[in-house]
Amino acid sequence: MFSYYFGLALHSLRRNVALTSLIVIAIGVGIAASTCALSMFRAYTADPIPQKSSQLFVPHIDSLSPEYRERGDKLPLHLTYQDARALLAQHLAKRQAPMYFTGSTLAPPNPRLHPFQVLVRATGADFFALFDVPFQYGAAWSATDDEARAEVVVLGSQLNERLFGRVNSIGRTVHLGTRDFRVVGVLDAWAPSPRFYEASNAMQGRVEDLFIPFGSAIDQHLPPWDNMACPPFSSGPSQWDAFLASECVWVRLWVQLPTAGDVQRYRRALDGYADEQTRSGRYHWPIRTALLNVGALLADEQPVPTEVRLYGLISLGFLLVCLLNAMALMLARFMTQSAEVGVRRALGARRIDVFLQCLAETAVIGLVGGLLGIGLCALGLAGIRSIVGGATVAFVYADRVDLSIAVLAALVSTLFAGLYPTWRAMQVQPAWQLKIN
Amino acid sequence: MLNMSRLSKIYRTQVIETHALREFSIHVREGEFVALTGPSGSGKTTFLTIAGLLEEFSSGDYMLDGTNVRGMTDSQRSRLRNQKIGFIFQAFNLIPDLNVANNIDVPLRYRRFSAAERRRRITESLERVGLSARARHYPAELSGGQQQRVAIARALAGSPRLLLADEPTGNLDTQMARGVIELIEELHRDGATIVMVTHDPALAARAQREVHLVDGQVVDLDPQPLAAMEARVGL
Repeated sequence: MFSYYFGLALHSLRRNVALTSLIVIAIGVGIAASTCALSMFRAYTADPIPQKSSQLFVPHIDSLSPEYRERGDKLPLHLTYQDARALLAQHLAKRQAPMYFTGSTLAPPNPRLHPFQVLVRATGADFFALFDVPFQYGAAWSATDDEARAEVVVLGSQLNERLFGRVNSIGRTVHLGTRDFRVVGVLDAWAPSPRFYEASNAMQGRVEDLFIPFGSAIDQHLPPWDNMACPPFSSGPSQWDAFLASECVWVRLWVQLPTAGDVQRYRRALDGYADEQTRSGRYHWPIRTALLNVGALLADEQPVPTEVRLYGLISLGFLLVCLLNAMALMLARFMTQSAEVGVRRALGARRIDVFLQCLAETAVIGLVGGLLGIGLCALGLAGIRSIVGGATVAFVYADRVDLSIAVLAALVSTLFAGLYPTWRAMQVQPAWQLKIN
Repeated sequence: MLNMSRLSKIYRTQVIETHALREFSIHVREGEFVALTGPSGSGKTTFLTIAGLLEEFSSGDYMLDGTNVRGMTDSQRSRLRNQKIGFIFQAFNLIPDLNVANNIDVPLRYRRFSAAERRRRITESLERVGLSARARHYPAELSGGQQQRVAIARALAGSPRLLLADEPTGNLDTQMARGVIELIEELHRDGATIVMVTHDPALAARAQREVHLVDGQVVDLDPQPLAAMEARVGL
């Protein structure tokens, strides 16, 4: 019988094209707005590395003098170079990688091409294993390379293509800054969403063009380009060495702690280190530490912007208005079908038969509205990307989950909106309808 | 077949009570062809909707083919209506978006017949009204007389025990009306029980028995002796 109702529903859609189109558009627009909002919300709140996010942590130490804190009472986002080195030297984690964001000038191997600026992440060999970064060619450099501060580089896939074409460039060299770096790996497509390992305004969501060993970047005096808070420091014979010895916070340390025991151990060590620094007279304020996992870090560093929350609320309200419109239109639609309902009832249809027939019609309208909503949402997201520009919202897209939710939401909300009109259709008194006719 | 005893129907609003049927009694035997006549507002249509289980009554009793319909749920009445009653309306009441075959299919769907059974019944009923060639036509493509024949085919397709006709020729010109009434008479000769509501005396005269309604009450019965009528219908 359901196929009969479904067939009637399809038939019915063609009966009053204008009214049907209005209902479908009302639902489609509402679903599109809310799906766009959902996609943006998910882009900000999604777990970018679900397979191991519970094992990845960033240690924080309240090492910045209160008068230089830019985040109020919150802990600094980064560590000093000295603190990062000290924690690394304890080897308390299964994997650990220091990192900072910088940049340099790269001279292409082809002399006809002009040098250009590249975004660089200086980090440790463990970075790639920590974050399950995929490789197209080669692999990460080794721990030995880290210790030796080797001049090796892992290229992003786009930069590799720009420099060498779509070929395996392992063993080739690139001239970065003043030195040659040997290519040891080329990344495959990798765009964690959001780019969780470091919030950086300068990055605007992009993954860096290339990766070099942390020590090598230090040797090259590549300064941090972003995410730095820095109290004044006296410069000695070398400005760079003074910077490294200063209380400036600019290094992020990621550690992998697979078990709860590992986390406890690391937390104790972190607290112990902070206490030791306090005892040495380094801090004149009550010291605090924190070990934040991916979720906590994202909530702290990349909270959902107020505009996105506001847009979400507005779009939900808009969906409600659209559904109310759809409900009114469906009511009108079903009322125009009263005569047919009366005839069907006279021919033996029970109220439940009328209910199911109207429900099937509502479901078909909801499905079509949902599909329209997906199309409009795709256009909307493309519009958002083109208007906002850059990569800030490059990660805002509707994935399969969003689309499934959109269709399901269209179905459920349309069925919900159709309940009252359907109930009214059920109440049609066949006797009255037939008397009227 | 149809037995109403002291049946009343009162429509109530906050300020007024309208007695559509008052202590109305009628007994229609199997195979009978009864015409119900009366002026406008006399309660003819109310009788038809109650007889067709489309409306509930206020008091009295109603037995349809041996089943007491008092107190039945809407669902039970729908099922009984679907199985026992065929309607022929003045305005045909065909569904304009469905073709002839699909219109006839409507009551059969609610009867849960198999696809093969529905096809067989549609074919047979269309043959019966002489419209086999019009199965794929839409109502708008047919004349008024043909549309009423389709409505009759739809009423017949479920093999109902009782045919209820409401002014079946009211919307037809004389020639088409003649064809339709001849078809109804033919159905009667084949054994169908028919109750026809009409205000047309000439049409009522074609029935075996005429029941006249005024203000919801039977005022005049066909003087024809019951025995003679029974002999005519072979009881």
